[in-house]
Amino acid sequence: MISESCTARFDALPLDCGATLAPVEVAYETYGELNAARSNAILVLHAFSGDAHAAGISPETGKPGWWDNMIGPGKGFDTNRYFVLCSNVLGGCRGTTGPASINPATGCPYAMSFPVITIGDMVRLQKMLIDSLGIRRLLAVAGGSMGGMQALQWAVDYPDAVAAAIPIASTVRHSAQQIAFNEVGRQAIMADPDWRGGNYYGGPPPARGLAVARMVGHITYMSDDSMREKFGRRLRGKENFGFDFDVDFEVESYLRYRGSQFVNRFDANSYLYITKAMDYFDLTAGRGSIAAALDPAQARFLVISFSSDWLYPSYQSQEMVRALRSRNHDVAYVELESNYGHDSFLVDVAEQSALVAGFLASTFEKLA
Amino acid sequence: MSPKTARESRFVPDLLGRSDYAIIGEIVEPGARVLDLGCGEGELLEWLAANKNVAGRGVEISGASVQRAIARGVSVFQCDIEEALADYPDGIFDYVILSQTLQETRRPLHVLREMLRVGRRAIVAFPNFGHWRVRLSMLTSGGAPRTRLFPYEWYESPNIHFLTVHDFENLATAEKLAIERRYFLSGHRKVTLLPNLLAEVAVFLVAAPAGAATANP
Repeated sequence: MISESCTARFDALPLDCGATLAPVEVAYETYGELNAARSNAILVLHAFSGDAHAAGISPETGKPGWWDNMIGPGKGFDTNRYFVLCSNVLGGCRGTTGPASINPATGCPYAMSFPVITIGDMVRLQKMLIDSLGIRRLLAVAGGSMGGMQALQWAVDYPDAVAAAIPIASTVRHSAQQIAFNEVGRQAIMADPDWRGGNYYGGPPPARGLAVARMVGHITYMSDDSMREKFGRRLRGKENFGFDFDVDFEVESYLRYRGSQFVNRFDANSYLYITKAMDYFDLTAGRGSIAAALDPAQARFLVISFSSDWLYPSYQSQEMVRALRSRNHDVAYVELESNYGHDSFLVDVAEQSALVAGFLASTFEKLA
Repeated sequence: MSPKTARESRFVPDLLGRSDYAIIGEIVEPGARVLDLGCGEGELLEWLAANKNVAGRGVEISGASVQRAIARGVSVFQCDIEEALADYPDGIFDYVILSQTLQETRRPLHVLREMLRVGRRAIVAFPNFGHWRVRLSMLTSGGAPRTRLFPYEWYESPNIHFLTVHDFENLATAEKLAIERRYFLSGHRKVTLLPNLLAEVAVFLVAAPAGAATANP
């Protein structure tokens, strides 16, 4: 599949914290064709460590996109029918302005002088991108995990611009447990002497801290079942324990590998900023109840959760659905059976594809 | 309606393979707001949307059924019927449909009251436990009755609250519900005589008594 990789530039972005970022760049990719009525655009929203490369094979890295199994001709997001976009989030490190970007005022990377951002800020920037492409209303906003938070924020902040929202394995507000895991990741990074208050650009990055943060993250994305299935107690390249602190178990090897790989593609300060944005996410803040928070939304909703996801458990999707129902919003919901934990929305997509395809087709039909 | 022979007018066609669906399809007027409880794979809601421009919602507990319903574009959510009803505000539906499920609910009276709280009218279809075949089966076998409509062994049956046409009418009287229409079916025939004995399936269109729409605590 042909994907197009682009960058858009905007003069200024006002932020929830009161500051203004100027200028701002957004990296995005598109798949499929925008129709003449500009009514078939779907914005796909990536999770914490994702990027704009959602589908197809990257000419740069040769790797498939993070949701390549969901986006393409005949897939859940069918690029024969729809125009699919994905942009790297604000604060990211994959082409969109973030803490590693150069601050034009100083000529140096922002590092910790980058303002603290929110999910609302990410969405405001995406709205500027969509406006600049001449798209008045998106057929759908869709994403898992942090992508689901953005989808909810879109539906509430820009009700006229969203026909359908698909939050998957997500929540209306970050829970204490979710904040706790993020804080462990942040502390691991900041405890690394190479972090140097965030001013490590030009020198060695806090690779050990970032790798540990990623290891913790990976544990939370899996489930007890999927880890038992994938690793069990198998030893790595040995018959007996080493009686030392090198790698003994497969699971240790896997986590170390994932941690070290992550360091090559992710900026530690982006980790701090984006996890903070997730922790601040609470759609109900200042609005009283979940029902009141979601009430401005005009979109149809498809909400999906996964049985083994203990990081974003089904009850969080269910309270979202219950609140939508209490105000008679159009909402479909199902909990899918999967062993893959929070990662299910990325890896166990057969049923999810059918749901998304049917939901999008009926939404598109109603609009036409 | 053009004049027809008695025989023809008594015949109820299939809708999606079910005669009670045909009656429900006849009752619901175009553009109505409909909630279908225990909607299965959403076939009825899909038909109502396509043919009556109905804004439908469905509730279904089976994940596999919900998946197929959503995939066909129907807004269904996975939930227990009683729990789902509790979340809705008063009077937001024109019709709340419960087809062949009342006898499977744990608290049928509560469900009925809730249906008439969230909807202006309820359409309730249920298999009639007073049908002569049921009576005969029990009389002759001495065991729990098994018929075409009650095919299960007692230990496998989803039906936990058996009721007859009489039972429903008595309950409606006790609850002061207005029965606006009633249909009795035997296969594809409408039953006009002795419905409690001859009807396999009953379909009732009921409305809450005036001023009592929010009476359910």
